[in-house]
This record gives sequence, C-alpha cells and structure tokens, in this order.
Amino acid sequence: MDLTLKVWRQKNNKAKGKFVEYKIKNISKDSSFLEMMDILNEQLIEEGVEPVAFDHDCREGICGMCSLYINGRPHGPDEAVTVCQLHMRKFNDGDTIVIEPWRAKAFPLIKDLMVDRSAFDTIIQAGGYVSVNTGGVPDANSIPIERDKAELSMDAAACIGCGACVAACKNASAMLFVSAKVSQLNLLPQGKAEAKLRVEAMVKEMDDLGFGNCTNTGACEAECPKEISLTNIARLNRNFYAAKLS
Amino acid sequence: MATLNSKIPDGPIAEKWTNYKAHQKLVNPANKRKLDIIVVGTGLAGASLAASLGELGFKVKVFCYQDSPRRAHSIAAQGGINAAKNYQNDGDTVYRLFYDTVKGGDYRAREANVYRLAEVSNNIIDQCVAQGVPFAREYGGLLANRSFGGALVSRTFYARGQTGQQLLLGAYSALSRQIKKGNVELFTRSEMQDLVLIDGKARGIITRNLITGKLERHFGHTVALATGGYGNVFFLSTNAMGSNGSAAWQAYKKGAFFANPAFVQIHPTCIPVHGDYQSKLTLMSESLRNDGRIWVPKNIEDAEKIRKGEIQPKDIAEEDRDYYLERRYPAFGNLVPRDVASRAAKERCDAGYGVGTGKAVFLDFEDAIKRLGRDAIEARYGNLFQMYEKINDTNPYETPMMIYPAIHYTMGGTWVDYELMSTIPGLFVLGEANFSDHGANRLGASALMQGLADGYFVAPYTIQNYLADEILVPRMSTDLPEFDEAEKAVQDRLNKLISINGKYSVDHFHKKLGHIMWDHVGMARTKEGLEEGIQMIRELKKEFWKELKVPGSLDELNNELEKAGRVADFLEIGELMAMDALNRNESCGGHFREEYKTEEGEALRDDKNYTYVSAWEYKGPDQEPVLHKEPLTFEAIKVQQRNYKK
Repeated sequence: MDLTLKVWRQKNNKAKGKFVEYKIKNISKDSSFLEMMDILNEQLIEEGVEPVAFDHDCREGICGMCSLYINGRPHGPDEAVTVCQLHMRKFNDGDTIVIEPWRAKAFPLIKDLMVDRSAFDTIIQAGGYVSVNTGGVPDANSIPIERDKAELSMDAAACIGCGACVAACKNASAMLFVSAKVSQLNLLPQGKAEAKLRVEAMVKEMDDLGFGNCTNTGACEAECPKEISLTNIARLNRNFYAAKLS
Repeated sequence: MATLNSKIPDGPIAEKWTNYKAHQKLVNPANKRKLDIIVVGTGLAGASLAASLGELGFKVKVFCYQDSPRRAHSIAAQGGINAAKNYQNDGDTVYRLFYDTVKGGDYRAREANVYRLAEVSNNIIDQCVAQGVPFAREYGGLLANRSFGGALVSRTFYARGQTGQQLLLGAYSALSRQIKKGNVELFTRSEMQDLVLIDGKARGIITRNLITGKLERHFGHTVALATGGYGNVFFLSTNAMGSNGSAAWQAYKKGAFFANPAFVQIHPTCIPVHGDYQSKLTLMSESLRNDGRIWVPKNIEDAEKIRKGEIQPKDIAEEDRDYYLERRYPAFGNLVPRDVASRAAKERCDAGYGVGTGKAVFLDFEDAIKRLGRDAIEARYGNLFQMYEKINDTNPYETPMMIYPAIHYTMGGTWVDYELMSTIPGLFVLGEANFSDHGANRLGASALMQGLADGYFVAPYTIQNYLADEILVPRMSTDLPEFDEAEKAVQDRLNKLISINGKYSVDHFHKKLGHIMWDHVGMARTKEGLEEGIQMIRELKKEFWKELKVPGSLDELNNELEKAGRVADFLEIGELMAMDALNRNESCGGHFREEYKTEEGEALRDDKNYTYVSAWEYKGPDQEPVLHKEPLTFEAIKVQQRNYKK
C-alpha cells in the first residue's frame, strides 16, 4: 500500500516542532507499524534526511518503550496492542496517517517522537514496592493467597508503564498507572503492611510531578494496550481515603 | 598473561557453596559506604544485583540504554522460572534440577556452578513472592507449576505468559527502593562505550549519554556487567532491537576471555519469517508445548497443497499427520529440549514437508481444546494466542499455529570463574552475558533462574569477597590518564563511524551479516561453510568501515550512531563465533556440525577431545585470537549421550 505520513519533527526540547509530510510506497499489509517506520527511515537516510527518532525496543508488546500517537490515539487504531504489535492491515491504501509523540507536561519531549517518561520511575521509587531485602524471607508457600485475589493482582501487574493512559487523558493524569501498581501490591498479603504509606506516597509524588487530576472519563482504560481496568482507580481512591481517614 | 583458574571450592558438590560462604571475606558496614560498584544493565541480573548491593550498603551506580530500568529485555520472557521446590511431590530435588541442567546443556557446563544454581533456585521463588510477584496459584492458595522441556517433573513457576515481566518488575521495584534511599544512582539512556583498567583491575567505564551525546566517566572499585547476550548478531532474533554484545566485547578487548561463542540457542517455537522488511522474530513460549502438538503432513503432496493454499490443515486426516517429535522421542515427546526440537523442525522442512512458506511446522491445540475446553486453554495461554493472532491474522483456537526456530539466547559469553569474575580482576559478569551455567544448550525457564541467582544470591557474596581486599583503596579521580585514554579511544571511534560518509545504512550491513550468520553459522554448520562464512564476514567488515553512512552528529540523540557502534562489534563477534564453531569438531547442544552426527541424525559429541570450555583471548586488531581451554570434569554426574527417546 502507498501512504502519506504526517510526522511530528522536533530537533530537541528547546526547538520548535512541526509536522512534516512524507510519502511512502509499497508497504506490505503484513508488516508492523514500526517496520513501516523502519522503511521510512531507510528512505530518509538514502535521501540524506535525518531519520525520525522514536522509542521502541522489544517489539513484542511487553517492554512498554514504544509510544506513538497515531491518528489521535495512543498506540493507534487497533484494540489492546502497543504500536509494535499494530499491523498495517489496519490501514488502507492511500491513507494519510498522522504520527505524534505522547503529549503531557510530565513527559517532556526529547526529540521527534520520543519523550521522557522518567516521572513514572520516580512514582515507583516513592513506594511501588514491598520493603523486603534480599534473603531472610519466608518459604513461598507459607503465604497462601486466594486464587481470585492473585488473579486480580496479576491483572493490575500487567501494566507495561508505556504512558498511553497519560497520553489519552485530557488532564494528562497518571491515575491508571499509579492505581495499577497500588492495586497489585495492596491486594496481596505481602503488600498490606505498607498499604497506607504506599498509596499516600505514590499519589503525592504523582501530584508533585505535574500529572493532572482524574475526572473519570475512562479514556485511559479505553486506550490501555494491556486493558488495565478503571476498577483499579476505584480501588486506589478507596485505599487513599482509608489512609487519610485512619 | 591471564590464566584460567575456575576457583571451584573443594569438597563434595553439595557443600561447595556452603563452604565458600562460610569462609569468604566480608566487608564491615562502615567500609561498604566507601566502596563504589558499577553495574551495567538492568535486566534480571543487573537489577537484582544493584538492589541487593544497595541493601547491603555499598554505593552503586547502575546504567541502562533504555529510558527506564523496567524495559530491559528480561521483561519479554514468557513461560516461567524453574526451582527445585518439589511442591508437586513429583520427585524433584536440587540434584535433579542440577542433573537436568547439565544434561540439557549436553555436558558442556561447569558442574559446580550449575549445582549452586539449582541450590539457590528455591530462594529465588521465596524472594519474588515476598516482593509481591503475582505467580499463578491453585484454588487452595498455593503456588501452581507447569512443565517445561528437558524435564520429567513440573517445576516451573509462572505468572501467565508474562513471567519475565513480573520477575523483572519485582527486581525493578527492589532497585527503585534503593534509588529512593540514595544507595543506588540510576543512569538511563546511557550506554557503556569502554571499560577502564587501572593497574590491571577494572576501575570504571566510559558511557555515552544517548540524549546529549556527551561522553561521561565513572569510577568503581569494581565493575559488574549484566548486559545480556549477543543473539542480535543474526539481525533477526527474538532479542529486543537494542540488545547488543558491545559491553562484553569491550571487556574482551581489554583482556576478558570470551567463552564458547559458538553456543547459541535456536528456539523451536517462534513465529516464522515472512518478509524482507521484517525487523525481529517473535517467540511463542515453550510452555505451549505442554498442550500443543507439533506436526507436519506425512505425505509430501499434502505439504505442497497446504503451501499453495489448496487445502487447510483440518483437511488432513489424523493418520496423515506426522507428529514427528512424538514419533522420534516417545519419552519426552513434544517436550524435548530446544535444540532437539529445533533441529527436528529443520530436518522436516529441509525434506520438503514444511508448511506456510515451507519454513514452518504446525503447533496444534485441537486435542487440548477437546480435552480441556477452550476456556482452560485461554486461561493458560490467552495472551500468547492473542499475540499470535495480531501478528498472523489467523485464529489459533481454530487453525493450528505455524512456528519455526529462531535465534533466541546465547549460552556463550564472557568467561567467568566460580565467583563470576572474568579474567580481568574486578570485572564480574552475570546472567546471559556470562557463559557458565547452560553449557551448549539452555533448558527453558532456566534463564530467569540464572539471572536472578547471579544477581540476588551469588554475586553479592562473591563481589564482597573481592572488595574485602579493596577497603584501603580510596575513590579514584576520573581525571587519571587511564580515563583520558579510554575516553579518547571512544571519541576516535565515534568520529570515525560518523565521518565514513559512505553509501549504506547500518541496517544494510546488519541484515547482510545476519544472512551470513544464519546460512553459515546457524543451525547446521560445516567446516567449509564456516570457513566461507569467516571470509564473508571479514569482507563485510571492510566494506562496513568504507561504505557506512551515519546521518546526524555526535552531540545529539542519534539512533543510527548507536546502532553503528553495536553492529561494528557484531561484525567481530560473528567472526569469533564462526572460529569457535570451526574449532569444535563435534556436535553438542545448539552447536551442530553436519560432519558429526549419529546414524539417526542426533548430535554426536566427542568427549575425549572436546570436554572443555573454549576461552578466547584477544590479541589485537586483525590478530588471530588465542584459544585457551578450561577442562570440564564431571564428578557428580556420569557423562552420557543425551537420550530423550526412553
């Protein structure tokens, strides 16, 4: 298929950015979106134009590095996939595709389509863990966990930290990301001892870093490549109020 | 000259590690604060090591090229992690896990290291559960297990098809806690460019800040590399796009011997190659072989019709299907080790029975769905089936998956002794980056085990034993001439890469190298093929340094420049792999030489002449490296031909 791409180009954080149009031909419908981007970059290098910078690594939908905003949607038009798992069969010959970076105050732009998501690491550092040192822990089977609880915890733990939730949210809120980690740990007996401290510390860090507030529009859940549920936000709120009231 | 002393402790195998720990040297808490440790890589081994050292009170600096430590490629491991817990009461023991791993590695691993690995495997599961890793559980609330290749027991712990992700996030959370406490300093988007030696000891690294392009100097009393494998030398592999062998290669050039480079794992269950534009291969977890049955048509005419799309797999009657693994290996069936399954698939496809493009076989869940119901299969493998459908546009619940072997893991790596220290004093190497535990073939669910064993439970001890003699060494200035010199060499190389200004992109060369490697140093190797491959790699290397084109500049974010540095190293790694494969006149594990096989086509080892680790020493650019041999002795295990038939 032949396509027209409108790609956000920006030299660095300080430079002014703009959309630049590129034509690309003979793309197989079986190639992935990022393979199409590879072909574009090879074409640009040949033409002596600097290739488009974008984040990507595992290309299996699990590392959370890829982060393109395609035709107004984080990770593009397919459901429940990251960009690296999006295939060109979701587009038609002759389409114009608009490609932008994540846009959020807490994710400053680095170059072209790459942004700095280290704010997510900072939130995890504030309390996204169980405080145990290596060694000196009990036998794994000494802590029985209800299967359903373990499954709910795993549902939340599936978050890949890509930031699509923030990119999708009109407030650039990180509530889905934070709630997924809080839920994963607070649902488990291992996480209970620090449950209150964790939720307060992580919410505070999120606010300090400039993420917006949650107004329950649900865009995050709709765009999450791992289908992390809004229920986690409800759980976070409950945990948070409980911590504040106790 | 460096010599090979594996430093295996005395005593019976089951007591070696206990004895080591009982007699090793320790560092007191006040001194720990004065000792700096550099950890490169934040996968399972690097993250768990940095976290554990931080907890102990050392000053740690940790580096990764990704934007966050959570993105290291350990995250992509799907199926599970082995441990000898024997929770299933099916007869598992530490010895059995040790035995299976040595046998699976085709008797080319170091016994003492493997025993220690099996021994600490149980601690890993305890540790991860305490961290809040949501492993799969039974209704009674206890941990569930599944089976993996090369074992007769169920000892694999898992978190759906995302075990690597969950274990890495566990280690990442422990690391994050230490970063918050100030014990560990984190450097993301930062790639190691060279190792700095002072008086023969590893004392620091030069890194490139991938955003600004600036070169930076870092001092450490010791340096630990946990930088993964070099599978991307093949261009197409299941590795992440950025995975590379450069850190280990820089260490090699500074004097760290490189061991068994020829030992590469080709994973049997990957989504087949489908086009020239393809950038990577996607793995389908080995756990699928628990319930999926592998087959090709029994009649060559049927295979042809399937390839042409004239008939569908369901049109082929049961008796006209060849479940070739069940036929050839009745005892292990579809759960034979990876090297065996991969070669068997290649054999069928080469004989003309392949489906799809001709380079694929079926992995069929029809029986399992009939037996257990669709829901049960979905609960076990739902995310894998979804991933397959997204990529291939066919529904594996209704029509069998198509799979083919692909490069997945490198058993070879930097040579290390029992303490995981390389031939450079003070340089430790962990996880996939070292060579020590998997011999010539790694069993499934053992990579996660090894990464975490090295990082949580082995290196924190052995590094301390080394540092106990360094407590009087003050922090060194990074203005020392050794740092100047290393940085200048890095600068020169980067300048050279960017100023060649030739005709072709990095990918052009990388793809060419990949083809040479797959055809000549791949699943089936021959003397002639390897010799030819070496010549071709040398030619390609010359062309690379003449015709490479890297756009952009040095002092900015420049993806092409990053790739160029990695591919420059891959060109050299590939050559050493071929040389090692040429030297090893036997077939063992993932290393299969056509000249050395049994009448039935199985790998034929030559224990008399090749029961050794080949460790290569760098002698300078365009000089032949020197081969050193570490003889392997087996005391606890009787060496046999691997038999998965009965």
